[in-house]
Amino acid sequence: MYAQMIKSTGKTVKSLDEMDPQERAFQERIDAGGKIEPRDWMPEGYRKTLIRQIGQHAHSEIVGQLPEGNWITRAPTLERKAILLAKVQDEAGHGLYLYCAAETLGVSRDDLTRDLLSGKMKYSSIFNYPTLTWADMGAVGWLVDGAAIMNQVPLQRTSYGPYARAMVRICKEESFHQRQGFDIMMKMASGTEAQRKMAQDALNRFWYPSLMMFGPSDENSVHSAQNMAWKIKMNTNDELRQKFVDQTVPQAEYLGLTVPDAHLKWNEERGHYDFSEPDWEEFFDVLNGNGPCSKERLEARNKAWDDGAWVRDGLMAHAEKKKARKLAAE
Amino acid sequence: MSDPLFEFLCRMGDNTLVLGHRVSEWCGTAPVLEEDIALANTALDLIGQTTLWLNLAGEVEGRGRDADALAFRRDVWDFRNLFLVEQPNGDFGQTMMRQFLFDSWHRLYLTGLTESSDARISAIAEKSLKEVSYHLDRATDTVIGLGDGTEESHARMQAALDRLWPFVGEMFAGDAVDAALARQGTAPDPAKLRSGFDEQVGKVLAEATLVRPDSDFAHKGGKTGTRHSEHLGHMLAQMQWLQRAYPDATW
Repeated sequence: MYAQMIKSTGKTVKSLDEMDPQERAFQERIDAGGKIEPRDWMPEGYRKTLIRQIGQHAHSEIVGQLPEGNWITRAPTLERKAILLAKVQDEAGHGLYLYCAAETLGVSRDDLTRDLLSGKMKYSSIFNYPTLTWADMGAVGWLVDGAAIMNQVPLQRTSYGPYARAMVRICKEESFHQRQGFDIMMKMASGTEAQRKMAQDALNRFWYPSLMMFGPSDENSVHSAQNMAWKIKMNTNDELRQKFVDQTVPQAEYLGLTVPDAHLKWNEERGHYDFSEPDWEEFFDVLNGNGPCSKERLEARNKAWDDGAWVRDGLMAHAEKKKARKLAAE
Repeated sequence: MSDPLFEFLCRMGDNTLVLGHRVSEWCGTAPVLEEDIALANTALDLIGQTTLWLNLAGEVEGRGRDADALAFRRDVWDFRNLFLVEQPNGDFGQTMMRQFLFDSWHRLYLTGLTESSDARISAIAEKSLKEVSYHLDRATDTVIGLGDGTEESHARMQAALDRLWPFVGEMFAGDAVDAALARQGTAPDPAKLRSGFDEQVGKVLAEATLVRPDSDFAHKGGKTGTRHSEHLGHMLAQMQWLQRAYPDATW
């Protein structure tokens, strides 16, 4: 999940009877499975929450290029390098669709970028962890993209049209990303002793941060209840986390790797795996800018933006000159 | 002289490998998101072309080496790329000027190769040419936009041109390998492409309000492998590290 801890109005969810006719019509349309489009009336809270959520998702795609970019220049074969490049290119593309979706809500890409660079807006906690070996490229695809897909597949049915449509396209590409990640893991897990060690080490380091991607339990959260009523959020964090664990544990077994959780056990009665919660204190530390790579990631984005200022200014100035010359010629 | 055909194929594949690597170094740090996408796309095309050229090189050599073996297990003195493409990225302007100069040559050379007497070569050239024409269009727009942009962008583009111009001459300096290939009709004589290059580049530089440097002094030693820059060794240290550190592994 690339959007975490999205705050909503903070008030209890209104019943239909408490709403004025406009809001009621809006809610009834959502309840009936209809889509809200940019020109439709929407409550201010819905608009603001969506901007936060879509913006955070877009930022995650952008910052998410960095941990993978860390290995593009060290990819071990031409094919792996090409696949990784294609994946990172997709991610930048996802960022672009999502910023466009956010722009339909009346915010500009530059505004969102500024808020990312100043630290006011967040991106997914997961990208604040380092990628230390080549197996991490496998683990990121398998676990991180796997967790993202868990959240994004239901979001294809989200109530806001432009977001839902962006998600359809993104999901197709994400499932390719997850498969290539698993493919790297298979190669590593069935490789030399050193490769198996890298694979297990990557799983050890990425398991709990992946579980954190879904955010802490929000069963009793007012924000979550409102976002679910608006169909901005489709499942609780715990539901998605459970689904992720249930899907991933057999894959780890297939790879011959050990999930780093001594309490992991199939619960016959529940029909699900029991598993340990991640360290939520660490999660909040990461979210507050104290992740292992938080400073580097934000510095890298700021440096790219600052270093690129002359390019953006130059191209803009040229476009203006061209326009002026065209006008003068007419 | 080793087999001219093998030498030629390594030159083609090493150019795209080394430039593809350089371009990929930009990942996630371009001036705008659209450029991130375009740079990744350019690198991806170049790596794809590398695979085609170097696999064919391995086949021609007949010693069981494939593209990966050639890319990841040769040392600096075996690399046959042009001096230009191993130059560091510098700022975005320098990266795009390097791309523009290389693409301008690359498009002309590939166009000639589509007429190659060797069908394997003309097929790769045909495929690459489509991609490279797009790279050149994009690099041209960027060079013009930044050259004719602000005072700062103009100054940076002129500095990039001045810095990279001494690497242009090598692209057109023929040697025994080129002569042998031209005789067989395998590849065009690079010297004959110079006037087309000068004309096309000249037009773009004029529109970009940039001044072509007076001196046509040219560094040599890249494509013959006799004297690469210090930069290439560092690039290979990074690029080849996994293959070198774990020689028994497959990836």
